[in-house]
Amino acid sequence: MKAFADLYRRLDRATATRAKQAAMVGAFAAAKADPAQWASAAWMVYFLSGGKPRQTVPTRLLRRLAVEGSGLPEWLVDECYASVGDLAETLALLLPEGAGDDHASLDHWMRERLLPLPKLDEEERYARLSLWVAALPESRRLVFFKLITGALRVGVSRLQVVKALTEVAGVDESRMAQRMIGYAQARRMPTADDFAALVADVEASEGAALDAGRAYPFYLAQSWQRPLGEMQQALGPPQDWIVEWKFDGIRAQLIRRGANWRLWSRGEELISDAYPDLEPLARALPAGVALDGELVVMIPPAGETRPDSLDGLAPFASLQQRLGRKAISEKTLRALPVALIAYDLLELGGQDLRGEPQRERRAKLESLVRETLDRGGRLPLRLSPVVSAETWEGLAEIREQARALGREGLMLKAREGAYGVGRRKGDDRTDVWWKWKLDPMSVDAVLIYAQRGHGRRSGVYSDYTFAVWSAGADAPQRALVPFAKAYSGLSDAEMREMDAIIRRTTVEAFGPVRSVTPTQVFELGFEGIAASKRHKSGIAVRFPRMLRWRRDKPVAEADTLDALRALLPPGGEE
Amino acid sequence: MDLIAPTDRGLFCEAGDFHIDPWRPVPRAVVTHAHADHARAGSDVYVCHALTAPILRKRLGAVAIETAAYGEVLTRDGVEVSLHPAGHVLGSAQVRVARNGDVWVASGDYKLEADGVVVAFEPLRCRVFITESTFGLPIYRWRPQAEIMAAIDGWWRENAAAGRASVLYAYALGKAQRVLAGVDPSIGPIVCHGAIEPINALYREAGVALPPTRLAHEVADRRAFASALIVAPPSAAAGAWLGRFGDHSDALASGWMQVRGNRRRRGLDRGFALSDHADWPGLLAAVEATGAERVLATHGSVGPLTRYLREKGLDARVLSTSYGEEDEAPPSEGAA
Ligand SMILES: [Zn+2]
Ligand SMILES: [Zn+2]
Repeated sequence: MKAFADLYRRLDRATATRAKQAAMVGAFAAAKADPAQWASAAWMVYFLSGGKPRQTVPTRLLRRLAVEGSGLPEWLVDECYASVGDLAETLALLLPEGAGDDHASLDHWMRERLLPLPKLDEEERYARLSLWVAALPESRRLVFFKLITGALRVGVSRLQVVKALTEVAGVDESRMAQRMIGYAQARRMPTADDFAALVADVEASEGAALDAGRAYPFYLAQSWQRPLGEMQQALGPPQDWIVEWKFDGIRAQLIRRGANWRLWSRGEELISDAYPDLEPLARALPAGVALDGELVVMIPPAGETRPDSLDGLAPFASLQQRLGRKAISEKTLRALPVALIAYDLLELGGQDLRGEPQRERRAKLESLVRETLDRGGRLPLRLSPVVSAETWEGLAEIREQARALGREGLMLKAREGAYGVGRRKGDDRTDVWWKWKLDPMSVDAVLIYAQRGHGRRSGVYSDYTFAVWSAGADAPQRALVPFAKAYSGLSDAEMREMDAIIRRTTVEAFGPVRSVTPTQVFELGFEGIAASKRHKSGIAVRFPRMLRWRRDKPVAEADTLDALRALLPPGGEE
Repeated sequence: MDLIAPTDRGLFCEAGDFHIDPWRPVPRAVVTHAHADHARAGSDVYVCHALTAPILRKRLGAVAIETAAYGEVLTRDGVEVSLHPAGHVLGSAQVRVARNGDVWVASGDYKLEADGVVVAFEPLRCRVFITESTFGLPIYRWRPQAEIMAAIDGWWRENAAAGRASVLYAYALGKAQRVLAGVDPSIGPIVCHGAIEPINALYREAGVALPPTRLAHEVADRRAFASALIVAPPSAAAGAWLGRFGDHSDALASGWMQVRGNRRRRGLDRGFALSDHADWPGLLAAVEATGAERVLATHGSVGPLTRYLREKGLDARVLSTSYGEEDEAPPSEGAA
């Protein structure tokens, strides 16, 4: 674990991207040169690229370790935790220094020690934990506690990891991005062979890299945030662009190769098992096909066969009921069938099409979708319809209909553009996918709980819970109903000020959370809203964020639940 | 009646008619050390250690000052007042006040580890101990000074080898000089900010050996910055002053750097948990050494410290003052 602890410390210290990159390249190159390190390096890449370490020890056991290990009263341990804001770091700071004679590798730690832990009884787990901690040198303690609390965040992006591996392997970046697809999936146990395949040169690993089900790195869109008046100037005429709706679903790639099919989510999780209703579609596609599109719930009327018909498209709330479910009942499959609205074709006949212009891929996609649907069987596949207008102003008018239709806005894709890798920076207009979203909906809400942030914001109250009034000001009795949580969108100075207000107005503190006397109003924006039985407010909002601190607004004048409900899309009730 | 009691101007000894570290103007102010939250302008007469006087003049101008050596007893109206080493910064003192065998000690700011720069902390027996508790939580346990200096040297050396300047933020009075005395000057030249250099001079006059330092504008060849250690107060981080050093790595030497979030929030490359205040074990050891039956805590995490001491059977209470910040949030200017 020493190599990982050293790398973690170097990454944690570095603020410059360059330094982080150098640290990763150094660690990967050292591991590549020594096959004995491959298994541990495989885990290293797993964690760096976003793989979550499972929480193998329940929090109550960690608290017990903190209390008994430090010999401090429990309330004082709680004070420390509240001040640090991170349980792993609190443990590392409070426990006495270990003997420092443990030399187990990261792979050994994961496979032999941590992953088997949940199978043991609590006393046995506690005994082992205490022994390990006593043998850990100071420099490895923090990363160890981060691993067992499942809160390991390293502060590098996947793209940075890909770049570092690219440098070490000496292959090009898009190939490395493809090798990395699915690498950091939950519950995966990476092996020495996985690392070897990542850093191998092209010839040796060609077969493995293009194995049966792997997806292509998703090309991510950027937000278009400049005013309408500048669009003609910056983007040229609308005729240079393919314009489509931005659907409110789940971005996914459907892969059909050989006898296999796979469905990948944008988070590069393999989700085929959760959507067996796509199987007939996947089987109907020719081998060697990769479709990129939006997964939605769609209940088309009987007899509907038009490729670009969106009749029966259900709001996002319906899809939400399909998310995160392992076992899907027949009933759910019948009530909430999914479909793929395809908007790009990345592979056809086993050929990678990503370098071709958007218009050519679109043409091939249109014929593929038609041919597939023509075979009959009411397959759950649609073609993302193209919208058009003479001018950007005309398109803006079309965009206005998005909210009523339950869509997020429009997508702009340059006709001549290739399918890129990851998220491209800058204004390279021919090579960017733009999402041209509606302005967010907003309400004025009251801050009622605050929680200390993690990582960069540990110790500062930066995560807030907001509420609206249950009724209007003239109601005899009304209460504040929480409905959304948002990270602080405040500047550093404002956040310090807010932090002081929270400390001053605290009613009660429980762990890192404080309830406060309601005194502050914020304009809270969000991009989607739906009725929800799981929320106390009866409403779930998507991507809430703080738009403005309404210092001018008294708490009594904040918005009501009715104001929120008024924003619900038609048919959005559960 | 209590020998020392808080008033709206500060800690007041009515029997001896003087205040200790008052935050509003008073006729007679006994000052523990020259940090801004302890020595404020406007009082008629200041009483302090001889080594604090020049720093006080530098900060407050031509004020009336009476000085004393450590251990020297000044008697007023039957009240004995003496100053004793606090180990915090140059001239820092604990104030011992005694009358008819009743002994009180106001610690001011202090640390227990001997830093080799200023006279080390001297434990005093007393009945009532007024202690600071800036770092009054058990998460604050300092590593030995030699280890931290080695880490600073390592960081400086690595930067120098990569051809970039090392900018180290340190509180201008005390921390900066402690760092200067502790680092390895053979690594490269040392440049000090204009707020620090005059205090270096006072330390040197007091007989403290510091390596040669220069002001930034005295360095003719800017290429020399690439291997230099540049010591600046934390407030310089926001200014244009840094522009001249080109590519640099930055770090802060402060006890608050013990917690990662504090460093990351400032966007610093490195944080060195080097403090001139007592850590948790230090506070407990100091309290124990006094043999005090009553402990009054000021500064920082007073709540946890006093509760902990109460559970150990001491009469411990919080004393409201205007020192530092009465909040657990790190002050924006580093530790005072
Ligand atoms: Zn102070
Ligand atoms: Zn001080």
